[in-house]
Amino acid sequence: MKEPALDRPGQDARMTQKKKASPPSSKTLRKALTGIQGLDEITGGGLPSGRPTLVSGGAGSGKTLFGLEFLVRGTTQYDEPGVFMSFEETIPDLTKNAESLGFDLGRLVADKKLFLDHVYISRSEIEETGEYDLDGLFIRIADAVQRVGARRIVLDTIEALFGELPNPSILRAEIRRLFGWLKEKGLTTVITAERDRPDRLTRHGIEEFVSDCVILLDHRIHDEISTRRLRIVKYRGSTHGTNEYPFLIDEHGISVLPLSSLGLDHSAPTVRISTGITRLDGMLGGKGFYRGSSILLSGTSGAGKTSVAAHFVDAACRRGERCLYFAFEESPRQIVRNMRSIGIDLEPWIHKGLLQFQAARPAHGGIEQHLLVTHRCVSSFQPNVVVVDPITNLLTVSTLGEVRSMLTRMVDFLKTQQITAIFASLTAGSGTLEASEADVSSLMDSWLLLKTIEIGGELNRALYVLKSRGMAHSNQIREFLITDDGLRLLDVYLGSEGVLTGAARVSQEGRELAAGTSRRQHMEARGRELDRKRRIFEARMSMLRAEFEVEEEVLQQSIVESKTLDEALLTDRRQMERSREADTAAYKKRASAPAAVKR
Amino acid sequence: MAATKTTTRARPRKPKPAKSKRRKPEVFKLRLFVAGQTPKSIRAFANLKVLCEEHLKGRYQIEVIDLLEHPEMARGNQIVALPTLVVNLPQSVRQIIGDLSNTDRVLVGMALQKVG
Repeated sequence: MKEPALDRPGQDARMTQKKKASPPSSKTLRKALTGIQGLDEITGGGLPSGRPTLVSGGAGSGKTLFGLEFLVRGTTQYDEPGVFMSFEETIPDLTKNAESLGFDLGRLVADKKLFLDHVYISRSEIEETGEYDLDGLFIRIADAVQRVGARRIVLDTIEALFGELPNPSILRAEIRRLFGWLKEKGLTTVITAERDRPDRLTRHGIEEFVSDCVILLDHRIHDEISTRRLRIVKYRGSTHGTNEYPFLIDEHGISVLPLSSLGLDHSAPTVRISTGITRLDGMLGGKGFYRGSSILLSGTSGAGKTSVAAHFVDAACRRGERCLYFAFEESPRQIVRNMRSIGIDLEPWIHKGLLQFQAARPAHGGIEQHLLVTHRCVSSFQPNVVVVDPITNLLTVSTLGEVRSMLTRMVDFLKTQQITAIFASLTAGSGTLEASEADVSSLMDSWLLLKTIEIGGELNRALYVLKSRGMAHSNQIREFLITDDGLRLLDVYLGSEGVLTGAARVSQEGRELAAGTSRRQHMEARGRELDRKRRIFEARMSMLRAEFEVEEEVLQQSIVESKTLDEALLTDRRQMERSREADTAAYKKRASAPAAVKR
Repeated sequence: MAATKTTTRARPRKPKPAKSKRRKPEVFKLRLFVAGQTPKSIRAFANLKVLCEEHLKGRYQIEVIDLLEHPEMARGNQIVALPTLVVNLPQSVRQIIGDLSNTDRVLVGMALQKVG
């Protein structure tokens, strides 16, 4: 009774210990980088090191190539030699197949970096006469591993043995032992297996022996277009991406596209770059777009999307930046020729190596391939600006959902590289412009809408900034002309029916001009009148002054005259007094003396 | 271990004198691949010996190859399962796998059943 009670805490302690121990162990879970583009990102560092991984998939899903690339990259990039045990393909076949991926197996074998062994058995040549084991295989593997000092091994479809060797129960037990033995030897193993039915991973259920990591490859055809997908079914002791990731096999090997990056942590540069159209820059707060932002350029056909993009490209090249142009509709020559007609010469930039075109019909290959080609070109060309013209053509090869997911990945990828991206998008003539793009528009930082406006029997082009994150931008609909000197944005005329364009704008312009003239004339007339009045006023002023001066003169004259008269009278009186000899002086003294006393 | 190995290797050498007889009757060149002295390999050798004595007296030659000592032989002879008896027939090479306890099947494998 007591014992279980005693046991439990112990167990609990162990449990908690395990729990405590497991996070660091998962952190320290050693992983072997595969070198396969993208896979190491999904798996968080590669396959479990020293342990087996099951790679399962249908016929033609790329299992063998997966294994080959795992080994070749392992030995060339991570200095981990490998052994390839082929149970199906012969060594010459294998070598040839690897050549198509750009791997020179022969040289690696000669350099003792890789060991290839073809296990050939044929049921018709075999007779089973009793109990057997697979020690022969063990010995072969051990020998091969020892010869090159292998750290990695691929067993390409070991289940082929089930077809050739009798007594499946022995075989199962032996395969189980083999996996255990490989693990014991610390070999990072890839075991491929054929998946014949969707409800199970392998034909003979060997997945139950591989508990560490299971990767599923899938090759499906949808609407005549093939897509390869990879999914990590399980990865013990490690977090991993759980989605289905498209992957591609081409001359560079396998590329998995993770890249809907787990977090949105790309940096946000504040540098602004010109659109190449001054007045458009003006609409975008005077500075243009942010570097590293994604710009959606949507419009009906013939609205001038490519022209706007070409301006941007031209401006970028002038700054000495590198541009990558994905043309899904026109050939590069055609674009160059057409843009020359509007005064943009892209040819010098191509010669200088600043501009690179990548043209392909979207129908050529699935959507993943396009994404991959994008990645590859971007990685090799290292552009500052990427143009995709148009993204809508991708819809012809895929569903809207897939295009959206592809664009999400592309936008994320370009953003992390701080590449400014322009996505041209063709809107159908009917329907509202905004609605048809709603699927991708939320991914974009800026959205420039080009449209043709029909007024008074003519079609005119107009442009507006529907959104531009993180900047003040114009909300006006601007008409623009495509001239010999490129795009020219015109002034805005807003009438009751909205923006006025074309002839309507011209007549409006005329009206405004006439009104302006008459206003000016009116003003001038008034000015003249004022002048006249001033002159009249001044004339009157001078007249008044003249009159005043005349009067003043007369008055002064009279004042002077009366003064002299006064003085003359006084002198006359004195003379008279003197002549009479009157005692005026005595009289004067008496008269003046009391006056002085009084004072 | 080493002693027993020498015995297994010593034994096939015994029929060497039989080589002289090779030209006239059909001589079966038998190679038994094993990996050390496992119970299975000992059993296989014993079974083979009995069978040959019974059906091919004087017309056989057994070579026991220990893959632990010559691992490269496994690859050269496409050996996967052990023990394997490799019989060189005029038209083809046959592999008879297992401990050779099923005598009938061994004979079928050696294309001897009709004869037997």
